[in-house]
Amino acid sequence: MSTNGEYALETNNLNVYYGDFQAVSDVSLRFHKQAITALIGPSGCGKSTALRSFNRMNDLVDIARVEGEVLFRGRNIYHPQVDPVEIRRRIGMVFQKPNPFPKSIYDNVAWGARINGYKGSMDELVEQSLRQAALWDEVKDKLQQSGLSLSGGQQQRLCIARAIAVKPEIILMDEPASALDPIATLRIEELIQELKKNYTIIIVTHNMQQAARSSDYTAFFTVNEDRAGYLVEYDETGKLFTNPKHELTEQYITGRFG
Amino acid sequence: MPRELLDKQLLGLHDRLLALGSEVQENLGVAAKSLTQRDMVAAHNIIVGDDWINEKWITIMHDCLRLIATQQPMASDMRFVTMVMQIAGELERINDYAKGIARITELLGKETAVPPTPQLPQMAELAQAMLRDALLAFSRRDDVAARQVPKRDDAVDALFNQVYRELLVWASEDPERWQVANYLEWAAHNLERAADRVSNICEWVVYTVTGKYKELS
Repeated sequence: MSTNGEYALETNNLNVYYGDFQAVSDVSLRFHKQAITALIGPSGCGKSTALRSFNRMNDLVDIARVEGEVLFRGRNIYHPQVDPVEIRRRIGMVFQKPNPFPKSIYDNVAWGARINGYKGSMDELVEQSLRQAALWDEVKDKLQQSGLSLSGGQQQRLCIARAIAVKPEIILMDEPASALDPIATLRIEELIQELKKNYTIIIVTHNMQQAARSSDYTAFFTVNEDRAGYLVEYDETGKLFTNPKHELTEQYITGRFG
Repeated sequence: MPRELLDKQLLGLHDRLLALGSEVQENLGVAAKSLTQRDMVAAHNIIVGDDWINEKWITIMHDCLRLIATQQPMASDMRFVTMVMQIAGELERINDYAKGIARITELLGKETAVPPTPQLPQMAELAQAMLRDALLAFSRRDDVAARQVPKRDDAVDALFNQVYRELLVWASEDPERWQVANYLEWAAHNLERAADRVSNICEWVVYTVTGKYKELS
């Protein structure tokens, strides 16, 4: 199978283990380019673990082990010759809690590009990234202030700007709005809609309404008897939330299970 | 069952829609009877009672919207609420047809030159039975039963064509008869449309159960 076509990322029989414990079982998924895919499911269903395996974030956990394939541009990102740092540049990640560096707003955005030895105009890159993250107008007059001086919602958009600045193709988001108030949450959702014009977005969310509101595709995960997470159903979001094919999905999204 | 409140509200909608449906079913029969028996009191009651039906329809719609806003129903729950809103609308319109027939009863008044139209009570009876079975299918979420009901619409249509032709012939014998023939044709048309609306109800039941909307008539 090849991803050199319509898919931005493809997993084949993905299994993730923490030591003896299997956290993700046999997940095969195809993520559409320039679309938003939401991963939903009850706590412990492996959705965040799966997400972290999409850019080798699990490498940072000693006992984590991955089997199966994650194909990016037709190549398994777990191939020994693949550089995980390069993968993480191409496939960025935004976390649940905003985690700006204790540095200026400007330096937060410029950070990744500097490490990569970016040759162009840094001012332009910073402005462009902040504009794409819908934060520019709010911070353009205080770029030298600490990133930590911003509100929670602004900090999260700063983290998104930081992720964008290294020109990734895919942005992974692990509950990016769960620590934010409703208004800030809606701003992030709106921003994600803008971002999909240029990026492929894969988002883990506990908030079903958020998945329904803001994604194009939804993958529903749940846990099997051995507490390993697996994929139950994957479909267009509109279909999955109005007429799911699988009884487990129906029970979960109507709130009668989980 | 972590969604007791939602389940309670959904059940409440179900019960009230069924109650509304029973009233409309009854009204359709009363209206048709008021016409054949020229019962002005019954006709008046139907006309006045239409406001009451409208009121109930609006209340059901309002409660559906409130449930959507406060409970965020999904999947089959969402389809159920959609169905309730649609069926409530169909019932409201069927009652308008009953009211239309009652109006015609009043218009005919004490007019004596009225031809026998045995098809009208027959049509009303068929439409009522269709409505009853559609409501049962709704209550039991029985898509198989719901698919059967619209097939009976052909019989209503046949009666309509028959009475239409007979009235045409009757009226053509005397220009004075056109007015009365026209009234009765309207009554027949109302009954024919009422049966069509029952088919719409069945389509929503099938949609709710299967997730697919399909024209049945």
